Amino acid sequence: MAGQVGPGSRSGLRSAAPLLLPAYLWLTVAIFLPLSAMVFFSFMTDLPLSGKPWSFTLGNYATFFSQGLYATLLLASLRLGLEVTLWCVVIGYPAAYVLAKVLKGRSREAIFLLVILPFWSNGLVRIFSWAMVLREGGILDSVLNAVLPFRISIDLMYSYPAVIIGLVHSYVPYMVLTCFLTIQAIDDSLIEAGRSLGASRLQILKRVIIPLSMPGLIAGSALIFVPVVGSFMEPRILGGRTGTFYGTVIEDQFVAVFNWPLGAALSFILLAVVLIILAAVSPVLRRAA
Amino acid sequence: MRMPALTALLTAAAVLTSAFAVKADEVHVLNWKGYGADEPWAIEAFEKATGHKVVNDFFNSEQEMLTKIRTNPGLYDVVMINAAFNDQAMAEKLIQPIDVSKLANYADISADKAGSPMLNHDGKVYGVPWVWGLTALAINDKAFGTPPTSIAEMWNEAHKGRVVIRDDAVEAVQFGAIATGQNINDIKDMDSVKAKLASLMPQIKTFWSSENDWNQMVASNQIDIGTYWSGSADRAKTHFKLPVSLVIPQEGAVAWLDAFSIPVGSKNVAGAEAFINYMIDPGFYVEWDTKVGAPVSANTKAVAALTEDAFNRKVMGDPAVAERIQFQAPITDAQREAYLTLWQKLKVEVK
Repeated sequence: MAGQVGPGSRSGLRSAAPLLLPAYLWLTVAIFLPLSAMVFFSFMTDLPLSGKPWSFTLGNYATFFSQGLYATLLLASLRLGLEVTLWCVVIGYPAAYVLAKVLKGRSREAIFLLVILPFWSNGLVRIFSWAMVLREGGILDSVLNAVLPFRISIDLMYSYPAVIIGLVHSYVPYMVLTCFLTIQAIDDSLIEAGRSLGASRLQILKRVIIPLSMPGLIAGSALIFVPVVGSFMEPRILGGRTGTFYGTVIEDQFVAVFNWPLGAALSFILLAVVLIILAAVSPVLRRAA
Repeated sequence: MRMPALTALLTAAAVLTSAFAVKADEVHVLNWKGYGADEPWAIEAFEKATGHKVVNDFFNSEQEMLTKIRTNPGLYDVVMINAAFNDQAMAEKLIQPIDVSKLANYADISADKAGSPMLNHDGKVYGVPWVWGLTALAINDKAFGTPPTSIAEMWNEAHKGRVVIRDDAVEAVQFGAIATGQNINDIKDMDSVKAKLASLMPQIKTFWSSENDWNQMVASNQIDIGTYWSGSADRAKTHFKLPVSLVIPQEGAVAWLDAFSIPVGSKNVAGAEAFINYMIDPGFYVEWDTKVGAPVSANTKAVAALTEDAFNRKVMGDPAVAERIQFQAPITDAQREAYLTLWQKLKVEVK
């Protein structure tokens, strides 16, 4: 991209403007304006639409630092984000490899469809389905007890593993899709070359496939990590007593006590932390890629 | 799912709609969704009888309700306000005095509810009591031979991991106050409330937020006991045929009173009065309670019109119950925020 900057770039921009305009207009209206309003809210003592007098303050941000609760929750949410991302890699990467390099034709289409199927259903429906599967006396419990000769009791509902299961299920397609695209782009002749030079399968994976598909892994991880850290629906429904995370506390501020300024401030602290993490790891990742 | 984005959208939509002229014969009602005032059969009957057209709008929290009346002056004609919030609405000049002489059914409202200091200010009536109910305990009949009588049953080791409580900071703190023998509206020893709730945490399976949550967990036999609303427990038993019984512990229970008010700037006060009068009418109440299941009417004649064994007449009408329940009084925003912080800390720190 950088190489194209030259005499032709000005006219290039002019001819590109009509194509870019709709997208950027939409982004301005739908994302930039509300987000700026939220930044504004986060520095206020009260919402202007609440009809009460208000003034500017840093108090909402100070609340985060004065109460250990929020930092504890933020750490718990970051850990949740890391774990879910890790499981998505473990589950999604092999699937993407098989889709890209092993399966061909109709069978690939069929498997691909199964991967993106979760996208076609509403998030809430998926979570409530998990609730039916995971609870004691639920589908998983009944099926295992019908098959196994001895009695076991499986009650994963309202626990940390239930939150992980629900979130991994929701987000694993992102990993499969991004990794599929990069693995598919790897030239088969590179793999054949490695093999003809005597590399083992493991060496080919480590030295050829993983490095070349790293951009997909990174993109997938970022796409998963960021929303998971702020997730609130899955923890609340599947987590029960263990389901209090940073995202659910933000939701409480907006819904339960109607304290939008504090909710907004907490959201922007999360955004800042996520950006710092992404900035900190990006040189490492770029080198790896 | 409650979504902040949706709330914002609705608020924006409400602001837009208020810009247009409201028709004089329309009655705009603001209430919880699925809470009597939006029953299709009731609206139809009211419209046929009075000629006023009902337009319903809803809120998801009391704070949202207050914001909606603040930001849409003149849009609403009737608003349902929990008595504990009436003070605040009156002080902010959001609601106006009601001429109760226009309400034929007002005289039948029980004296203690009609005379509640929460709804009357300077000799004027700012809220017409509609229904009341309890946040008490409910049990899964399968788990108990004889129903417990004490709130301490929630802490019984035998029910470890089979106890539920609503995910609501104010309710949880007030429940803790009752368990520690304190007045819910004047909690002197907050530390003991915190310690009591902290010792409850390991017992808890999950936090419920809707009636549906509770009923599903009982239907799949996942819980033994938990806090529940009186009307919901009755509905679970009589309409959904679930093994649920309400227990009003000897230590007491949290009671709430819902009332109708008329916002300042209402364009159809006559329609509002007619609608409120219809809502407290025995005819409407009996049909609501038998068809759908309702809290207890503040209108004594309405309760008396129920069948003798009706839950709202037999159990809730028991004078012994009236003696040990405590009605929620107003709390400040600062208190609410403090309760929420305490509740969130408990949820995070006690594993």
